[in-house]
Amino acid sequence: MRLDVLNRGYGPGTKLLFAVIGLFSRQPVPDAAKLVFYRPDFYGARAKEFTHEAMRGPSAWSVGDRELMAAYVSQANECAFCIGAHSATARQAYQDRPKVAAVLADLESAPISGGLRATLRMLGKLTREGKAGAEDMREVLSAGVSRQQVGDALAVCAAFNTTNRLADAFGFEVLSPAGFEAGAKYLLKRGYR
Amino acid sequence: MLTEDKKRAAYRALQGRILNGEGRASPEQRARAFSNVGLAPPLDGLLGKVAMRPAQVTDGDFAAARAAGFGEDELFELVICAAVGHSARLYDAGLAALADAVAGEEEDE
Repeated sequence: MRLDVLNRGYGPGTKLLFAVIGLFSRQPVPDAAKLVFYRPDFYGARAKEFTHEAMRGPSAWSVGDRELMAAYVSQANECAFCIGAHSATARQAYQDRPKVAAVLADLESAPISGGLRATLRMLGKLTREGKAGAEDMREVLSAGVSRQQVGDALAVCAAFNTTNRLADAFGFEVLSPAGFEAGAKYLLKRGYR
Repeated sequence: MLTEDKKRAAYRALQGRILNGEGRASPEQRARAFSNVGLAPPLDGLLGKVAMRPAQVTDGDFAAARAAGFGEDELFELVICAAVGHSARLYDAGLAALADAVAGEEEDE
């Protein structure tokens, strides 16, 4: 990563934890995990709480839907690390590889519900253009999405607009396909806390 | 508490900590990074990209900030403030648009 403290600035306990994670997963510890262990009182502790609440907290959206939203927002931001991580997690959550690939290739023709499609369209616009209006939200609501679900989707959008920026700015190393699959398995088992 | 409110509360807690808690960068610098307003060169280059074009951040952007005297921990904090700041503006814009849409719906009823 571009800051040396994020590569080497960890105490003995955290270094041991990284070694244990590496041993069990047989993959290097992802930079996304390292980031939240560096001075966790500044960012990591509260970022994990928020991201876990957005991605695994109560919601009418499934875990797969929310992971797909994370992948879609990451694609709008052109964040290679997060596209890899969350498309793998969405694939495992849905147990449906072609569906995730279809959404990322062409949202309008992908085999998903009208409500999820309208929500992803709105999140993509908000992420790319930095703005959304009442009309954008009416389109989502009229596709059968509840107000609560729109709020939940906006929380996912906020979490991944933050993470995408940190991944690209700090220079997270893109993992191998096996590394992303191992990370996805962990995120589905343990969440973000 | 509605679940949406719980999510928002968790985000506000993160914002409050990075802006107002203890840090190596001053609260004023962190506030400027968060709002992406009033930043002087070379920080404006790095942090402006974090906010608006994060995929285009380069090693050179960090090198320029280090050459101007910013330390690793200051840059760690300021990059986080810029990232969370832009995301907070998106979150607020989305929630405001939703509130407008719902208000219009209620007037129609």
